[in-house]
Amino acid sequence: MDPQPEPVSYICGDCGMENTLKQGDVIQCRECGYRILYKKRTRRIVQYEAR
Amino acid sequence: MSGKDKNLHNMSESESEQEGVDKEGIEWIMNLPDVPMKLPPHVELQRTRVECKADAPIHTDTIQYSGAFASMGFDNSLRLDNFRNNFKIEVIDLKEDDIEFDMIGIDPALANAFRRILISEVPTMAIEKVLFANNTSIVQDEVLAHRLGLVPIRVDPRLFKYSDKDAPNENNTIVFRLHACCERGKPRLTVTSKALTWLPNGSEFPLVSDKSVSNSKPKTYTSFSCSQNTLSKEFSNNPIGPKDSDIILARLGPGQEIELEAHAVKGMGKTHAKWSPVATAWYRMLPEVVLMEEIEDELAEELEKKCPVNVFDIEDIAGKKRATVARPRDCTLCRECIRGDAWEKRVALRRVKDHFIFKIESTGALPPEVLFTEAVKILEDKCERLIAELS
Repeated sequence: MDPQPEPVSYICGDCGMENTLKQGDVIQCRECGYRILYKKRTRRIVQYEAR
Repeated sequence: MSGKDKNLHNMSESESEQEGVDKEGIEWIMNLPDVPMKLPPHVELQRTRVECKADAPIHTDTIQYSGAFASMGFDNSLRLDNFRNNFKIEVIDLKEDDIEFDMIGIDPALANAFRRILISEVPTMAIEKVLFANNTSIVQDEVLAHRLGLVPIRVDPRLFKYSDKDAPNENNTIVFRLHACCERGKPRLTVTSKALTWLPNGSEFPLVSDKSVSNSKPKTYTSFSCSQNTLSKEFSNNPIGPKDSDIILARLGPGQEIELEAHAVKGMGKTHAKWSPVATAWYRMLPEVVLMEEIEDELAEELEKKCPVNVFDIEDIAGKKRATVARPRDCTLCRECIRGDAWEKRVALRRVKDHFIFKIESTGALPPEVLFTEAVKILEDKCERLIAELS
């Protein structure tokens, strides 16, 4: 098992605030208490043809 | 002189002339007094002018066949010397990105060849690959990539090679980076082409697959062996960038971000219009407006009013008003002046078949006059290739 699971940041569906959650955390925005959080877009490079 | 003597004399002359034919050939025949060198005026008009009648233009074709007027003793063949002596280019107007010039004494096929080469075969650099690291704006990745592709880049394409199958390197690729972020609590941010910054050292995005070699420089999407700044003095004095800095690429709301790299390569307009070096290149034949009779007083005023682009002026000579053709170049051949009544008999609207008013609007990679010389070089190359193929 991984020694320390990396915290992942999410975006609140209501206020748009960035939240970092760890395993076992309550899924809730720290700012407004909204319970729907979205995952951020991957930083992996996507390549497009400019045509 | 008796008749017999005359005959004898003629005989000896024709013999000596026979030798002349061998020596000077065509020159001698052309100099004979009874060979007419000119066509009758009405035929010459058909040969050199397109006549615009009220319903349709007539005599629109150019006559190529050398013997077309042989029965009238006129030699219609195209000779290189004649072309050399008669061909002229007159620059009318030259600005930073536009040129207007007259090309006189050339076949429309050649004028059109230059136009087509300018649009589709003179190379430029344009953004071809866009690597997105992040894009949270409402403009989709593919739409933004397409917009970036159309941004004209101010760089001399002659300094670069086609990339073909080669890996992207300093000789065939220009890398731009765009990182724009609209922070929370700030007003909307407009991202323009000014945000594209040139990376002379190539891509900064590491390839994901290559994690094993951590001590050396990480592999990126391009393999530059040196900075482009060292390649040419032009680059270090005048950094590469978009031609216009005010092209809107996207608008960001608070919290939105765009981070990407754009790779520009060399290409031609026939592959995609983004590589076309001209906004447009076009020509028209020189309009010729001729008054067939004196047009005076009321008629002159009527004629002046008829023309929407003010081709005609009124001359006042001793109390008499007379119409004159002042600005025939402005004529759009709308045929308004030959509409109705007997106007078609009074005004002749023509176009000169071998006189082209050429306009080139450059997108900014190269100045317009350089673009035209490039087009001429390309046509020359094509001709040489054809000759090599045939011989």
